[in-house]
Amino acid sequence: MNFSRIWATARRILSQLRHDPRTIALMIIAPIFLMTILKYVYNDQPQVFQRVAGSLLGVFPMLVMFLITSVATLRERTSGTLERLLILPITKLEFILGYALAFGIAAFIQAVLVTSAALGPLGLKIAGSQLTLISVAVFDALLGMGLGLFVSSFAKTEFQAVQFMPAILLPQLLLSGLLAPRASMPRALEIISNFLPLTYAVDATRKVISGSTGFTTDFSLIVLFLLALLGMGAVSLKRKSE
Amino acid sequence: MSASVTTRNLRIVRDGKTIINDLTFEVGKGLIAGILGPSGSGKTTIFRSIVGVQKITSGEITVLGQPVGAKDLRTRIGYLTQSASIYSDLTIVENLRYFAKVLGTSEISIDEILDLVDLRKNKKQLASSLSGGERARLALATALLGKPELLILDEPTVGLDPVLRIELWNLFHSLAAQGKTLLVSSHVMDEAERCDSLILLRDGEILAQGSPSQLKAQTGEDEMEAVFISLVGAR
Repeated sequence: MNFSRIWATARRILSQLRHDPRTIALMIIAPIFLMTILKYVYNDQPQVFQRVAGSLLGVFPMLVMFLITSVATLRERTSGTLERLLILPITKLEFILGYALAFGIAAFIQAVLVTSAALGPLGLKIAGSQLTLISVAVFDALLGMGLGLFVSSFAKTEFQAVQFMPAILLPQLLLSGLLAPRASMPRALEIISNFLPLTYAVDATRKVISGSTGFTTDFSLIVLFLLALLGMGAVSLKRKSE
Repeated sequence: MSASVTTRNLRIVRDGKTIINDLTFEVGKGLIAGILGPSGSGKTTIFRSIVGVQKITSGEITVLGQPVGAKDLRTRIGYLTQSASIYSDLTIVENLRYFAKVLGTSEISIDEILDLVDLRKNKKQLASSLSGGERARLALATALLGKPELLILDEPTVGLDPVLRIELWNLFHSLAAQGKTLLVSSHVMDEAERCDSLILLRDGEILAQGSPSQLKAQTGEDEMEAVFISLVGAR
């Protein structure tokens, strides 16, 4: 594995983002905007804001990165740049890690700003540390990236890629325990939710915020899901086609 | 003379349809070989198989003395795809810098290559704002990075004005004079005259191969256009 090729790929992706200031602005402003709305929606029930906003801090970065990655990698496929790259000395894993590094950096900036806004002006209270919360948000974002990378290989057009968000992420969101506690769901749904990465993204964030135990297990599962998705993403890149 | 590219009985079937049928040819080192044929005749598929991104049904391909797809070939082949495979949201120089890094070649040569394709003056321009011809030249520049021994150029001059076309063909000849091998596809018959050897293709099969003068002698025609038409008619 060659780190300079990974870094070159990450830098290239970040340069592409830099030439697109509107996307950067949307990535940062949209979650803060939503958080602000949420605060006023639950103006009379601050304890509900505490619960929902906390979990959403883990969900927003995931949604955003999922969308950006699935569209970005699909563009690499359709523009021919991916095929062009794979005949050069870069390996599939280096390519994927380049994406992970670039979007990890983007996710870090997003997470720092969004959690700062939530903890500062929006008055969210957390029992754990802000640094832990940011780390969880970054890993949630990477999880979204991993999912986006993997599902984009099943999309032939950008329309399809975008539709994967409601198809893949929204069911996970419904089952994640964000809307209703998982224990209160029918047994079958609860079992399914145990196998969904977003469940652990929501759980981990919630535990940092409430300061309850079991955070390490959730966090380790997020990392495991991430590694599996990156691996599957790398396998889904094909050097040769029919 | 050693061959840079050899294919033997190459056959490619896609969805039950034969795209390339029993293709055998050889391209000598330091030569410019032209693959000519109407669109849909299989030119791009042949190039993709030489580069190693096309699944082949049967047959053999040897590139620069190695079986196709060998790891070591990745820095030795420059491939220009038909539609420019570049990042539209990066500048010219950012595109080249990235491909140079991936290839592991120095970035110093970038200006030199930009001069070759006449893009140095607008190197800070975003690729999305380039004209069709400029995009094609940027893609060519990325293929030239790392000084590959074999250049596979899929319709490199399509959409370019006549002056630029002549300049590029001069560049191709100077590259060949340095010992590089070029495989160029085109559907413009007047470009055939500029190649050392030709492969005329139709429906995935070779109609004829040889030097331009050989093909003219074979058919008794003076124009490549007429040569092609006469060969098609002879079948």
